Amino acid sequence: MADTDMPVQPRRTGLTIRQRRRLSRGAQYVVFVAVVALVAVTADWGRLQNQFAQPDIARQLFPDIITVALKNTVLYTLSGFVVGLVLGMVVALMRLSSVGPYRWLASVYIEIFRGLPALLIFIFVGTGVPLAFPSVQYPGGIYGKVAVALGLVSAAYMAETIRAGIQAVPKGQTEAARSLGFSPARTMVSIVLPQAFRIILPPLTNELVLLFKDSSLVLFLGVTLEQRELAKFGNDLASTTANSTPILVAGLCYLLVTIPLSLVVRRMESRARREIR
Amino acid sequence: MSRPEVRIKDLHKSFGDNHVLRGIDLEIAQGEVVCVIGPSGSGKSTLLRCVNLLEEPGAGKVFVGGCEVTDPDVDIDAVRRRIGMVFQQFNLFPHLSVTGNLTLPQRRVLRRGKAESARIAAEHLARVGLSEKADAFPAALSGGQQQRVAIARALAMGPEVMLFDEPTSALDPELVGEVLAVMRMLADEGMTMMVVTHEMTFAREVADRVVFMDGGVIVEEGRPEQVVTAPRHERTRHFLSRLLDPAMAEVEPERPQGAGGDGPSPKRPPDPGLPDR
Ligand SMILES: Nc1ncnc2c1ncn2[C@@H]1O[C@H](COP(=O)(O)OP(=O)(O)O)[C@@H](O)[C@H]1O
Ligand SMILES: [Mg+2]
Repeated sequence: MADTDMPVQPRRTGLTIRQRRRLSRGAQYVVFVAVVALVAVTADWGRLQNQFAQPDIARQLFPDIITVALKNTVLYTLSGFVVGLVLGMVVALMRLSSVGPYRWLASVYIEIFRGLPALLIFIFVGTGVPLAFPSVQYPGGIYGKVAVALGLVSAAYMAETIRAGIQAVPKGQTEAARSLGFSPARTMVSIVLPQAFRIILPPLTNELVLLFKDSSLVLFLGVTLEQRELAKFGNDLASTTANSTPILVAGLCYLLVTIPLSLVVRRMESRARREIR
Repeated sequence: MSRPEVRIKDLHKSFGDNHVLRGIDLEIAQGEVVCVIGPSGSGKSTLLRCVNLLEEPGAGKVFVGGCEVTDPDVDIDAVRRRIGMVFQQFNLFPHLSVTGNLTLPQRRVLRRGKAESARIAAEHLARVGLSEKADAFPAALSGGQQQRVAIARALAMGPEVMLFDEPTSALDPELVGEVLAVMRMLADEGMTMMVVTHEMTFAREVADRVVFMDGGVIVEEGRPEQVVTAPRHERTRHFLSRLLDPAMAEVEPERPQGAGGDGPSPKRPPDPGLPDR
């Protein structure tokens, strides 16, 4: 990679460009193998297995880690994603509005919520809001609370993503729609947004993966046994069994969702590339 | 002449300090085909876009089919339904199939039913000779095919007037003919058409009238054979001579400015219009 702009003439070393490239690639393999070997030799595999891969403890985790923990993680994430998407869309349209105060309000929202750690937002939603408005109940109990917290966290990022997607749709598309008699709102819904969403599908999915991991912050809202998600579940069982195997299994459960998600998105991306231009 | 389908009265339009249209008066009778020619930047597109209010005129009035387009209280979406527009860059909706491009506007704007809009779409695709592409996506079509779909899409709305803004300027030379053939068919069927074009053969053979614009005003207009072969104004003569034989344009010598510049570049013809064929 580094030697692409080598001069065409052989250097003083007497090696041709091809020889140099081969040498450099060989060196990279050597470094790679050396690092892997070093880690494999120095790690204490016995202790690691004892602490992280006890089959008996792993077996105890099932089926609850799937039917309760993973299920809750997925539910928390999806409800947060939906709230974030709707709120993000509203904020994005406000950012693009011709009404000045809307644009201003949207910018303030984005700057504030992009700048705050997710943890603070969870604490704010979990304790601040009920304190300030005792009569307000989150619909759906803990799920509502999580949806609002994760929604607030993700909406600011999604708003910026959606706005960029809308602006990436060529102006001619809007003009063609308007010339056919579409109203501005219809143009947005039928013509601009479908194209914008194809453009922003990858970043939106990134956001979904981030939310999937941020859902672990639910433990700061205080949850019952039945409401635990993967991280808390794994952590709780690690302390009751005094072994870290539940952490490893919980981690694998996260990957079980995030890796297929990335694969699906890659497929959709390449299909969209084929259809649009 | 029958009653005017399009009436433009003392139309002015500025972009900031750039006074683009400086008082345009033009009437187009029902069934008349008017070709608008003129150098790049003379305001041809702006004039066309003022007719269906894609651009807001600064002053003056535009009537289409007896209805004042420039009336601030007019239902502009309703007016635009009666005015078809074809763009240089086609502007098909890339997320919809060819049929979808034709049916969605009918269904969303005219509220036609599914079956009816599909039937009308098939009819118009047949008219432009693209029935076999009904299920293809725009990206899979050649430029000429895309432009014919764009024409069919506009026709499916049942317009009374068709506006064409350099419909063949983005096409490879061998694809120009198929689009002009469709436009000629429309003209023969009695469609009222306003065509910005550099295709002088089309203008001579199909147009009822040719309008030459320069600097935001109509310099001269008349029967095509008169304007094209015996222009009265020097500016028209100059424009036509460069258009009909771009190779004859002379290099305007440039003082060499600073080192490393591109050097003097040959003066290009005003628009990448194609020579007479
Ligand atoms: N949206 C716009 N904003 C600012 N200036 C514009 C815009 N559209 C066109 N113009 C300017 O108006 C003039 C006429 O443009 P146009 O009508 O496109 O000319 P033509 O189609 O004859 O080439 C040009 O100087 C162009 O730069
Ligand atoms: Mg133009």
